[in-house]
Amino acid sequence: MASSIHRYEQKMIRQKLADPGEILIGERDAEILWNRDHPDLPVLENIFTGLNINSLLLARPAEPYGTIIDHLARTLPDAITLKDNETRTFLHDIPVVENFTADAVIERLMGRKCVIVRDRGIVTWGAVSPEQTFVNFSSVLFSCFVKFFADHLSLSAGGRLTEEGTAAFEKAVSHLAPFPEITADLKKGPFRKEEDVYEAVSHAGKPVVRYGLVDSVMGNVSYRFHDTLYISQTGSFLDELEGAIDPCPLDNSSCAGITASSELPTHLKIVRNTPYKAVLHGHPKFAVIMSMVCEKEDKCDFAGRCHLNCPDDRTVADVPIVAGESGTGPRAIVNTVPDAVSRHGAAIVYGHGVFTAGEDDFIKPFSLLWNIEKKCREAYFRRLEMTDHHQKR
Amino acid sequence: MFGWTGRILILDLTDRKYDAACPAPEIYRDFIGGRGLGGNYLKNDITRRWDDPAMPLIFMTGPLVGTLSPTSGRMAVMSRSPLTGTTGDASVGGRFGTELKKAGWDGIIFKGRADGLTGIEIVDQDVVFTDAARFQGLSVSKIQDQLGKQGAFAAVGPAAENGVCFANIMFDGHYAAGRNGLGLVFASKNLKYVSVSGTRRIRVFDRLSLKKAREDILRLGAASPVLMGELGITRFGTAALFDLTHSRRMMPTDNFRRTFFEPAGKINAHAYHQKFGYRKTGCKGCHILCKKKGASGEILPEFEAMNHFSALLNNTDMNVVVNANRICNDMGMDAISAAGTLACCMEIQNRPLAANDIIRLLQDIAMGRGEGKALGRGAFEYAKAHGNPEAAMTVKKQELPAYDPRGACGMALGYATSTRGGCHLRSYTIGNEVLRKPVPTDRFSFAGKARIVKIAEDANAIIDSLTACKFMFFAASLEEYAKALTAVTGFPSSGQELLKTGERICYRERMMNHQNGFTDADDDLPQRFFQSPGSGTAWMGIPALSREDFMMARHAYYRIRGLDEKGRPQAWKIRELGL
Repeated sequence: MASSIHRYEQKMIRQKLADPGEILIGERDAEILWNRDHPDLPVLENIFTGLNINSLLLARPAEPYGTIIDHLARTLPDAITLKDNETRTFLHDIPVVENFTADAVIERLMGRKCVIVRDRGIVTWGAVSPEQTFVNFSSVLFSCFVKFFADHLSLSAGGRLTEEGTAAFEKAVSHLAPFPEITADLKKGPFRKEEDVYEAVSHAGKPVVRYGLVDSVMGNVSYRFHDTLYISQTGSFLDELEGAIDPCPLDNSSCAGITASSELPTHLKIVRNTPYKAVLHGHPKFAVIMSMVCEKEDKCDFAGRCHLNCPDDRTVADVPIVAGESGTGPRAIVNTVPDAVSRHGAAIVYGHGVFTAGEDDFIKPFSLLWNIEKKCREAYFRRLEMTDHHQKR
Repeated sequence: MFGWTGRILILDLTDRKYDAACPAPEIYRDFIGGRGLGGNYLKNDITRRWDDPAMPLIFMTGPLVGTLSPTSGRMAVMSRSPLTGTTGDASVGGRFGTELKKAGWDGIIFKGRADGLTGIEIVDQDVVFTDAARFQGLSVSKIQDQLGKQGAFAAVGPAAENGVCFANIMFDGHYAAGRNGLGLVFASKNLKYVSVSGTRRIRVFDRLSLKKAREDILRLGAASPVLMGELGITRFGTAALFDLTHSRRMMPTDNFRRTFFEPAGKINAHAYHQKFGYRKTGCKGCHILCKKKGASGEILPEFEAMNHFSALLNNTDMNVVVNANRICNDMGMDAISAAGTLACCMEIQNRPLAANDIIRLLQDIAMGRGEGKALGRGAFEYAKAHGNPEAAMTVKKQELPAYDPRGACGMALGYATSTRGGCHLRSYTIGNEVLRKPVPTDRFSFAGKARIVKIAEDANAIIDSLTACKFMFFAASLEEYAKALTAVTGFPSSGQELLKTGERICYRERMMNHQNGFTDADDDLPQRFFQSPGSGTAWMGIPALSREDFMMARHAYYRIRGLDEKGRPQAWKIRELGL
């Protein structure tokens, strides 16, 4: 248990989600074990007592997330309604409390996986392992980042920016790391042996996380080798895929891959219907933000349902934006992404993330993903500049 | 009242009378329905023998049954278990729960014993006692033929009439109220069948909120690889799990003497679909449709039956598995217990069971003839009678299901602490230990598992009380279902509040078992799991369970659950929980 809480503490620091000294993480079996001592522990232990849970996390997010969370919690004092589809599916919304007391936090955690304590940080819990607290924390940061930047653009376009909002935005932007110029040391394919495939898949996710393009909990990777798709498992970390890859026969003759990523149907359809063998999926933030930017906004018959059935042919960074939800069913991305990928080598899913593909290895998919996010980030600030000028005029 | 009908049918079989009980709203709020509410009507009689006419047999639906809430067409069946002596319960699907609710009843409590073989026919608020002598000895499918397709029905087959300790009550032909032998309690009341049909609508407090909750749940389900994925349960049924336990080398094989069955890859879900064809079917109100029928209408075995009639008995003939499963359904027997008992017999007699042996012995058990009579008492009694109790792979006398505990320590602890005996569904830690939901845990370690098992037991007690399907919780959580519950009933609720209710339900079951003398000695696993490793490889070891780690985890579980060191309820905790 001790190794588990320290592992996620280190992971948060490594991924720049929180700074050292700002993380309190505890796991409880018969006794509670904390990563360190702190004056806040009595409150947290009371929260443990009030809930039927086994792990608890309190952390002040690192910048720019800290500024973003503070601003959202001030302007939305009850709960933050999310915009992206992925986190909205399981977080629903993020409650906010004013005071860091056990009662206040417990009241909101009774029905949600996380709560933002104003000017203090984020509390998340798990019923199985500290990994849940980490995943929920990371998801809160991702979803708040997307909402913050998307809202700012929208407010700017509508001439509704406030002084406080502008100040928060400028502060957050000042903390954005420069877009990374990188060279990924990915192996050249095609791969001829199964062990090379395992190695290639497990390495493919590392650079996207290392360079901050995608959070580790957000994405999946696959490679077709003969008649089998090797795909990352559901809930696996993109940068820790060793031992978390499922071989799935293309003819479904084994269900051992039932633990594969929820996007397995989309990966399978891509490799079955196109020459591509390597597929990379992640949730780079600016691509997600820009996928939701639409001139029509509320003046559209499909407003509110864009993620399900937007009928327009839209692109960003010359890549098609498609509708659809995760998994299966008539509105699932398996019905939209593979066709777009077959024509363009990549697709952006509305409010969700990016799929890229390559013929023989992950060099091209990685490069495409990097390029899409770079262009989307540039497009965001270019668009903001236009709305700024518009507002000033 | 919203969600609940507010009426429970009390049937007195001795006097052929019926009445309605109208529980106070607080009772509904405190125990919800299903296993929670049913336990409320069991607790005062739990020390009676299972065949005492005064022992209640309870059918109890939940507040979500008959509403838009996903997977809510289920019902709990409760009494004292003839097999284990513990509190007995089963969650059953099909249409019965929905029809009962639509007839205006939240549940039925059967009491007394009829003079002769009796049937009960319920149409809305009308209840008729019928003479069922003509059904004596009939199989479930023959009863179904005679009752027709109107509404829903529950019945017992010959196995219950012939005293099989793991007899099931079968619903709508092939949905089993399985484990615990509750079919025997049904038969002890001289009941042969109960039919029900209803025409009412369930009142819902806030339809818009229910629709929103439903959409949230369905969206999570659609994103779940285990449920709706390319290789998931909707596509392949629970049989999809067969390849999983095979690849993880935790497949109970040869009466748990091995954990790997070499031919398993050739008799997996895909192979059944190739050989028999398949179409989906399932419970009323469920979109998962986990049951599969072959092209000619035969019911294909679910995961547990599939494993136990193949790997556990060293059998590779899929026709035998389908046939054995059909016999269990038709005769009204629990497939896990039946196969587990045959595997025990195979080990004790030290001879393999040929295909025709398996079929013949199953029929003999159901009919109570020859060796079948002794086998019908279950593996524990059979092994004890043969002076070889170590050959019974049971917990609290109930045969173990198809996840070898050496392959998942949480399952090992959960089997031991289960209040109804060896059962995978009480804590079902396979979700995190193998299926990676909500996040993966180390399946070969007991670290942290005590609390995981306790929380999961509480959660599953709620799922059995709502009454929803556990599979849905591979994707959704009580957080989403609390929203549905509030929308349906109007009572405020949350995921964590529901867990508190779940804790009360589980603790009350521990109290009932304690009244019948159960202690820590019963919360244990067969010694084989501590002494012999499974069938590991150089890259995937399946070591024997560490006795020391298991005992430490069990001790931690008792502390977390608020039990004493012998696993007994404590006064302070009883007070705290308001029991």
